[in-house]
Amino acid sequence: MANIIDARGRSCPEPVIMIKNQIDSDPNISLEVLVDTHVAVENITRFVTGKGYNVNVEENNGEFKLNIKK
Amino acid sequence: MSGKRKMFIYGGIVGLVGAILMKLGNPGNMGICIACFWRDIAGALGLHRAEVVQYIRPEIIGIIFGSFIIAYMTGDFKVKGGSSPLIRFVLGFFLMIGALVFLGCPLRMILRLANGDLNALVGLGGYVAGIFIGVQFLKKGYTLGKSIDQPKVAGFIYPIIAIILLIFLVIRPAFILFSSEGPGSMAAPIVIALILGAVVGMALQRSRVCTAGGFRDLILIKDSYFLWGLIGIFVFALAGNLVLNFDKFHLGFMDQPVAHTNHLWNFLGMVLVGLCSVLLGGCPIRQTILASQGDTDAGVTVLGLIAGAAFAHNFGLASSASGATANGKIAVIMGILFILIIAYGVIIDTKKSNSQSKEVKING
Repeated sequence: MANIIDARGRSCPEPVIMIKNQIDSDPNISLEVLVDTHVAVENITRFVTGKGYNVNVEENNGEFKLNIKK
Repeated sequence: MSGKRKMFIYGGIVGLVGAILMKLGNPGNMGICIACFWRDIAGALGLHRAEVVQYIRPEIIGIIFGSFIIAYMTGDFKVKGGSSPLIRFVLGFFLMIGALVFLGCPLRMILRLANGDLNALVGLGGYVAGIFIGVQFLKKGYTLGKSIDQPKVAGFIYPIIAIILLIFLVIRPAFILFSSEGPGSMAAPIVIALILGAVVGMALQRSRVCTAGGFRDLILIKDSYFLWGLIGIFVFALAGNLVLNFDKFHLGFMDQPVAHTNHLWNFLGMVLVGLCSVLLGGCPIRQTILASQGDTDAGVTVLGLIAGAAFAHNFGLASSASGATANGKIAVIMGILFILIIAYGVIIDTKKSNSQSKEVKING
């Protein structure tokens, strides 16, 4: 089961730091990340794809769910 | 177009606008300076009485309009806030103090460098040092907490302020102060400044370019994406100056416009700016963009910038071409210490609440 990170309402760069901490502790981890701004989606996507992860983004009513896995 | 190339171009637009506005009449190396321009607006509104820096800068109005309109059209307009507003106000306040001791925001620092002012190189060193210190707090869990939805009407406050400022600028009522000499009297034509400000607002809203973010991401996650925006600002401003302002291009430390050569205070002033910018999540230009797209926390930060500018000029904290003042030096040192204490206090509290929530999970 994927670990859930709720980064909604967090300002830049906190969402990325929250994900970095998880990835640093377990590089094979799968994450489900909730955010509420385009900029957070862009920053997280750029960060994790640069680390070799795949990202799938779902939008629902102005909020976003990112599924991140190796 | 690759992401980094796109950032370079977006930054380039800002740098080029800086060179054009300087050519069209803005003060030396101050084509577009967010700290200076909010300071000039504070003066025009009578919040300080430094007669040489009072003007309603249309560039700021344009930036607000540009970023608001593009954010509204693209779905980035979201009215949120409520995460540590008082801390944000104080960070904005001291950011402005640091900027006015150095004599410019991080954006002007790049523009100064692009016109040969090597004092800005010292400022850049201080800025990166301040960002480095701020990143250490981020790594230790510094956070200003979650923002939540705010009444939608709050998101229109900055655009409304921009409209009111524009009316004041055009009709020039007696209670609005305009400099008759000094930097505040030097200005590009209103319509052009307004349009170019809007172009900058749009470019920065779309690109998310942030002078603090460029260095912060490089230090924190080894990502140079935003840094390419800053390189773009520098390269295009340099090229623009060499073509448009060649007579004013002057490489060196001495006799630079609206600048001083007190290296220690240029450095420490920008340490304070870098530290505050990282702890806020963005530099003054980024805060202005965010405030325009409904972020009420950034709106409070901008009010902090304005209050800081008023204090800096009312109480002799701001530097002049002859150097940093005694009051300014004390304010910078006090500011750095005060902000470090606040950041440390935030971390202590965050750790405490994290361990309490873990206990609840275990017991629950």
